[in-house]
Amino acid sequence: MAETVLTPPAHGVPVAFTRDQLDWLPWVEPLAEAELTERHRAALIDAARAKSPYFRLLARDPDALEARTRTDKDIFYNTDAGLPRAERELAAAATSRFNGCIYCASVHARFSATYSKRVEDVQRLLDEGVGADLGERWNAIVAASVALSATPISFGPAHVQRLRQAGLDDLAIADVIQGAAFFNWANRLMLSLGEPATAG
Amino acid sequence: MDVIDRLVGIAPGSALDAIRARRPEARTHAQASYVALFTPPEAGEVSATERFAAAVFVVGLHAEAATAAFYREGLAATGAGPALLAAVERAVAAAVGQGPFGRYPAGPLSVEDSTGSAWQADAALRDALGTRLAAAFAHLHMLVLHPRDAEPAHLQALLDAGWSTTGIVTLSQIVSFLAFQVRVVSGFRTLAATA
Repeated sequence: MAETVLTPPAHGVPVAFTRDQLDWLPWVEPLAEAELTERHRAALIDAARAKSPYFRLLARDPDALEARTRTDKDIFYNTDAGLPRAERELAAAATSRFNGCIYCASVHARFSATYSKRVEDVQRLLDEGVGADLGERWNAIVAASVALSATPISFGPAHVQRLRQAGLDDLAIADVIQGAAFFNWANRLMLSLGEPATAG
Repeated sequence: MDVIDRLVGIAPGSALDAIRARRPEARTHAQASYVALFTPPEAGEVSATERFAAAVFVVGLHAEAATAAFYREGLAATGAGPALLAAVERAVAAAVGQGPFGRYPAGPLSVEDSTGSAWQADAALRDALGTRLAAAFAHLHMLVLHPRDAEPAHLQALLDAGWSTTGIVTLSQIVSFLAFQVRVVSGFRTLAATA
């Protein structure tokens, strides 16, 4: 007998990109907190993620989850030079805006606004989309993230040159590439295994 | 050399090798992701042939030829016969397109809705791929090219075709990881080639 998808409880549907805190409701059954083994908990990495239906769903393939999360953390949190944290989050937010992941964009727009203190520019990215004028350095990062996210990929030498002219060294450009690439991974999981809900 | 080094052509001691070394956990765990998804100690809910067939289709939809060739070799190495290899290539040719497109929940974002078609294998291709892979390919096409169109019904279609919930998680990780990997490979290759 085939399994069936879950019917999410009645909830508010976010219809615009926002920096507000959103919930996420799974469409297929996460592991129950009570059935998490040591292996599952190790794969979650942060113990608090045992409360998250998203991470308990991904814990069904613990090796894939653990490797995904350790990749994520190094790309965004490694403080050894390269692109400032605010701009790694900008690449994540721009990618999410372009792919249409309202949930991911909300989280990473919040982070980008917090670390850059450029709340209005981040909000303009959400409101106007990836064509918003955010100043040349941010425009170059957004354009590179978008070109890399397009299918087929349209990222080319002109994007690299524009990033260099905006003051990024090659480690910082590699951070843009890995940050945007990673959100092509994250967006697809978030968009296809469940849906965002307005909090409360 | 890990898979990304091999696909980009990163030589030990090169500038890009040094850049990757500055993000050592990302380097190690991008490779660990590949291992977990393509050569896990136990295949579990998704066979090796299904994993690599999905990869050839997904990378083919990205039109990334060198990376596609890598996964084609992997598919052949799982023991997949020439009929399946040919069917996967026919599916790529039939399904290739441009993305991301799709619809938003009705509201202010509706002005940004862009149309494109979902894709399903035709009857001949369904016969060649089998029920599980044919259903998987329809889902993978959506996830590559129009992920914001995802709905619960897409997951129900996979369940109905014999995929378990855990199998769906693994399949979703495969396509999503590949969306990352092809972009890292393409981006790094461009970075290395741009003086």
